[in-house]
Parts: sequence; C-alpha cells; structure tokens
Amino acid sequence: MNSKISAAYFFMAPALTAIFFFFFIPVIAAFLISFTDFDLYALANFSDTRFIGLKNYLNLFQDPLFWQSLKNTFYFVIAAGPLSIAVSLGAAILLNSRLVKFKALFRLTYFIPVVTTLVAVAIVWRFIYHPRFGILNYFLGLFNFHPIDWLGDPNWAMPAIILMAVWKNFGYNMIIFIAGLQNIPENLYEAALVEGANSWQKFKNITLPLLAPTTLFVSIITMIGFFQLFAEPYIMTQGGPLNRTLSIVQYMYQEGFRWWNMGYSAAIAFVLFFIIFIGTMIQFKLRKTSDLA
Amino acid sequence: MRYFLNRYQKINAWILPGIVIFFFLSCNFNNQKQVEVLFWGMGAEGEQVKSLIPGFEKNNPQIKVKVQMIPWTAAQEKLITAYASDNLPDAFQLGNTWIPQFVALDAIVSLDNWIKNSIQINSDNYFRGIWDTNIIDGLIYGIPWYVDTRLLFYRTDVLELAGFNKPPRTWDELYLLSKKINQLFINQEKYAIYLPTNEWAPFVIFGLQANSDLLKENNSYGDFSGPSFLRAFKFLIRFHKEKLAPIGMSQVTNVYQAFANEYFSIYISGPWNIREFKKWMVGELNDKWMTAPLPGPDSTTVGLSLAGGSSLVISKSSNNKEVVWRFFEYLSQPQVQIQFYHLVSDLPAVKSAWQDSTLKNDPYLRAFYEQFQHVVPTPKIAEWEQIAFSKIQQYAEIAARGVMTPDEALKALDAEVDQILEKRRWLLKQKNEKN
Repeated sequence: MNSKISAAYFFMAPALTAIFFFFFIPVIAAFLISFTDFDLYALANFSDTRFIGLKNYLNLFQDPLFWQSLKNTFYFVIAAGPLSIAVSLGAAILLNSRLVKFKALFRLTYFIPVVTTLVAVAIVWRFIYHPRFGILNYFLGLFNFHPIDWLGDPNWAMPAIILMAVWKNFGYNMIIFIAGLQNIPENLYEAALVEGANSWQKFKNITLPLLAPTTLFVSIITMIGFFQLFAEPYIMTQGGPLNRTLSIVQYMYQEGFRWWNMGYSAAIAFVLFFIIFIGTMIQFKLRKTSDLA
Repeated sequence: MRYFLNRYQKINAWILPGIVIFFFLSCNFNNQKQVEVLFWGMGAEGEQVKSLIPGFEKNNPQIKVKVQMIPWTAAQEKLITAYASDNLPDAFQLGNTWIPQFVALDAIVSLDNWIKNSIQINSDNYFRGIWDTNIIDGLIYGIPWYVDTRLLFYRTDVLELAGFNKPPRTWDELYLLSKKINQLFINQEKYAIYLPTNEWAPFVIFGLQANSDLLKENNSYGDFSGPSFLRAFKFLIRFHKEKLAPIGMSQVTNVYQAFANEYFSIYISGPWNIREFKKWMVGELNDKWMTAPLPGPDSTTVGLSLAGGSSLVISKSSNNKEVVWRFFEYLSQPQVQIQFYHLVSDLPAVKSAWQDSTLKNDPYLRAFYEQFQHVVPTPKIAEWEQIAFSKIQQYAEIAARGVMTPDEALKALDAEVDQILEKRRWLLKQKNEKN
C-alpha cells in the first residue's frame, strides 16, 4: 500500500514541482507584492520598495477608475453571461433537432468565430460598427433609426462589445451543450410524448433539469472567462469612450505593464480573484438549493 | 488547469537542455576576436538602420554591429523587461520622453565625457529644445538621432474660402478661422479642426504656450489647475463645445480621408504624416494643403511645440561603450543623417543635414525647420508618461464631453497627479535627508 503511494508521488513529482515553481510561488509573490509599492523605482533599487500594508487596497477602493472598471466588468458579465448561455443553448437545441440537415456544417460555422483570431475579427467588427459607413447603421437606417456611433458613444460602446463577445464565444458553449443534450436518454422524450406533453413542457421538465450539471459547468466557465474580459475592448476601444469599456483586467494590465505600478496591479488581481471566487461559490450554492427543492 | 499543467511541464523539460546549449553558444562567441555590438532599433528605424551598417563596418572592420528590430507598440515593455532580466543590448534607440524612466532605472550612462572629447557631436549642431530633452539633472544621457514635433496641417483652399490667405498666427486667429470654416459648411457634418480627445499632446502644447510648467515644486505636484494651464485648457475645450472640433475618435477612422473630404481642415500633427498626406491629397487636391508653425497665445509670443524624436543611448551594462560611441558618431555624420532621412523620412537631428537639397526644397518641411527653433521638452520625470497618457487624456475627454467643467476636471486631474507623484516626493525627501 505504502509503496503504491510513494510510486504515485514519484510520478506526480515533476508536475507538482512545475506547479509549485511556476504557479504557487508567483501567486504568493504577487500576494506579497500587493502589500508593497513595488514600481519602476523599486526595479532600479530594491531598497526603494516600501511595505505599505493595506494601502494599495484602500487606495483601490477610492480610485474612481477602479470602480468604473468594476462597474463595466459587472455590466458585461451580467448582460453578456446569460445572453451568451441562452444563445448557445438555443443554437445547441436547434442543431440537436432531428429536423435539421447539414448538422456538421452548421456546427462548424457556429464554431468558427471561437477559433478565429480576435484581432482580425475586431477589424471586421469595427467596420460593421462604423457610424458613417457601417453595415449595422445601414440596416438600422432602413427602419428609420438614427445612426448610432457604436464605439464612440459612451452609452453604446459596452452593448457593442457585448454583442461582439457573445457572437465570438457562443460556439464554444454550444458544443458543450450539444454533448449534454446527446446524453439525455431518448426514452424520456418518448414517455413524455405518450403522455401528451407539448414541446415547452418537454423542454422545461426534461431537457433543463437533465442539462443542469452542464449548465452549471458552462455558467461557471463563462462567468470566469467573462470576468477576465480583456482583448475585445483592448482592441476595439482601448477602454474608451470615457473609460466606459475599461475592464478590470485591462486596468490591471495598464497599471502593471504600462506604468509598472506592480504593487497596485497585484492588489487589483487579488480583488478580481476574490470576486470570481465569491461568484463561483454563489453559483454552487444556488445549484445545491435548487437540487434540494 | 490542465492547460497550465501541460504548459509548465513542457517548459520544465526544456530548461536543462536550454541551459546546456546556451552555455556552449556563449563560449563560442567569447572566442571571437571581433567585437560585436548589439543595437536595438524600433519599428521602421530598426528595420532601415540595417542598411547604414555596412558603411560603418567598412571603416571599422574589427567591429560588427548587430541590429535587432523591436516594434514600437511593445518597445517600452520589452526594454524594461530586458532591463529587469539584465538583458539590455549595448545600445538602443529611445523615444526622448522615455529617457527620464531609464535614468531613474539607472539603465543608461551619461555621455558627457565622450561629448567633451568629440569633434563630431556637439550641442551647437542640434536644435536647442531637442538637445535639452536628453539632459537630466545636468547630465546628458542621449544623442538626438532624429527629431519630430507637432504643428499645423491645413487646407489652403478652405482657408482661402474662409478669407484667410495665411495660416493663423495667434490663438484668436485660430478660433476666428475655425468659426468661419464652420460657417462655410453650415448644415453639413463638417468641422474646422481635429483635436482628438484621445491625444494629450495638443492640450500639453497649448498649456506650455500659455506659460504653464505643468508640474510644480520640483515636479512633485500637479499644476494643471493653475491659471496658465486652465486658460489653455478652456481655450481648446471651447472648440469641442462649439462643435468646431468633433468629439470622440471612432468618427474619424481614416484621418487622411477625412482631411481630403474637408471633414476637418486643420489638424495638429507631426512629420510622420507628411508622406501619408502626400499619398491621399492627389489630383486636384495636390496643392491644396500646407504646413505651418503653431500659432502662439498672442502676436508677440511664438507658438511653442513639443520636442519629440528619438535619441541614441548606451546601456550601463555594456562592455563595449567606446565602440558604441564610435557607432553613434557615425550615425551623427550629416551625410549619414541625410541617408537615413531618405530611408525612413525621419527628420535629421543634426542641423547641417537640413542644408541638403531634398530637405530644403520640400515646401512641407520649411515650417518644421522653423518650429524646431521653438520646441520644449515635457517634464523630465519617470512618471510623465503615465500622467500624459492616462490622466491628461482621460480628463480632456471628460471635459470635452461636458461631464465636468474645465475647472472641475483640472482639479480632479491634479488630485490624481499628486497621488502618482507621492513616491517621487518620498524619494526626494529621502535624498534630502541623506545630504
């Protein structure tokens, strides 16, 4: 028995060493740095680093830009998260239907945005959103809507980013949902058919409950991913207009790698970690209580 | 998680062989008799400077210059990470507003001793404002390589229609002209001037013109809410408020096309745009644009602009500083500077190179030569980049959109700037206590 365990440790050792050196140590170092004012000056002369306790965190809570980025990120997660899950579930159900032909083709088409380079996609979307020559405003114009400056108007920039992010990411969740749908035994639907249930009842009482574990997984992954929103606004708007699309990760990146305020940047990272941690806990809790009910 | 695991395992597997290979390689290099110098250049400069190297190596056969090109967008990150990991090249190109950062890092050396003994490189050969950007606490850390600044690009035909046969020389004239241009295009979505709110430069330029020092008390507090900067800030915000300038940046996806369509007729920009405008202003528009020095606050004061461009610097860690200096002297020869202008269109830093016929005969460059006599550096502190790019820009946009009044915006700006400069104040205090 004992030799088995030590053999296991032996085989795990390389992986554990790697994790220890390349994951735990940097995380602990970052945590310690978040209590200092490590910056450009400290890079030059380490003795210019000051231990400042919780000051980074206290400053953070008084920083209007931090609150703005937090608000933007929550806006994005709360709006884009459910929307993305709904779209991917809808697409999965459609593709799983027996009536649809060329399933593989559609699956591929919907999945393409996920694997396309974001930079290339962003350029195309910038043209779509262009206030004067963009195709989106052209279509809206057909219905007599006034042209919208999608990426330049502080109120429309985030919805524009959300639309693009949902389009870019729903294919991935769709594939997971399709896998979940295929695991639901067919005989349940047959039984429902015998009892005369309509499609909505079938969806509500069979598909959704049996898809619950998949949905939990998808929503946690999506939430974590969306809290780390970075590339879309970084390329499309650089956080503007009026910082309305500045995400928390982007703010962290700016502070850390543009201005070299590493201490402050590390503090932002840990606040973000804490938020994601709480979000995940809440989702687990919700799932548990709904399972009991 | 799995993803990370796989990745780190792979990295781990490469470390030992990597070290072994590196060890052998570095032994090999040390055995060579030739001196090899590593130089980092940025973007187009890094690409094109390669064709100047043979001219240097021909006269210095024992020296080999290796050029590495790094893209502008990642240049600062790359240089600072290279410094942190002790991997800086012998010499590199540095945007002259970045010099204070690298002096604060103690990454580059002062060049005073070499300059003293040099016939080739002498402060008299350079524009005064440009040379000044390289001086920090009385010591010179860089040699100007090429120069740039910002001035007016304007549509001659639109100005004529508005009743101006000369470019504006004062702030009042600029404002009046803009009003007139807007009246020309009534009921059309066109503007007089383009003052992008995502650029800090125009705001800082007009602030400097109004005689503001931008920062105060040995550059340790912000002075943006002071009367001088406030005056300039209000002047510029008025262009946005009165719809003489478009707000936001997504309206103008292509500056050149917008200029050709009279979407705006005046633009404050730099020499890097001359070639682009030449490309877009073709056919009928060919002779319908010109450059002019910036207007000043009143008719008695010249319009200052920013001292921009790149300098050549030597790493503190370099073992070949003497050799690098010889390379710098070569790059500073007037004929090499002219050659470099032909390669990348970067304006020469050495004044005598401007006597070359191609530069002299280019009508668009005349205004630049004049403007270079009146350029000043931005505050020479490591924090300036952050203050300019993140804070000034942010509050300029807030004020342009009317979210805050200019007074409120500049007070809030000063508060944030004071917080950024807290470390600098502490360091200054430490230094004073030591002395």
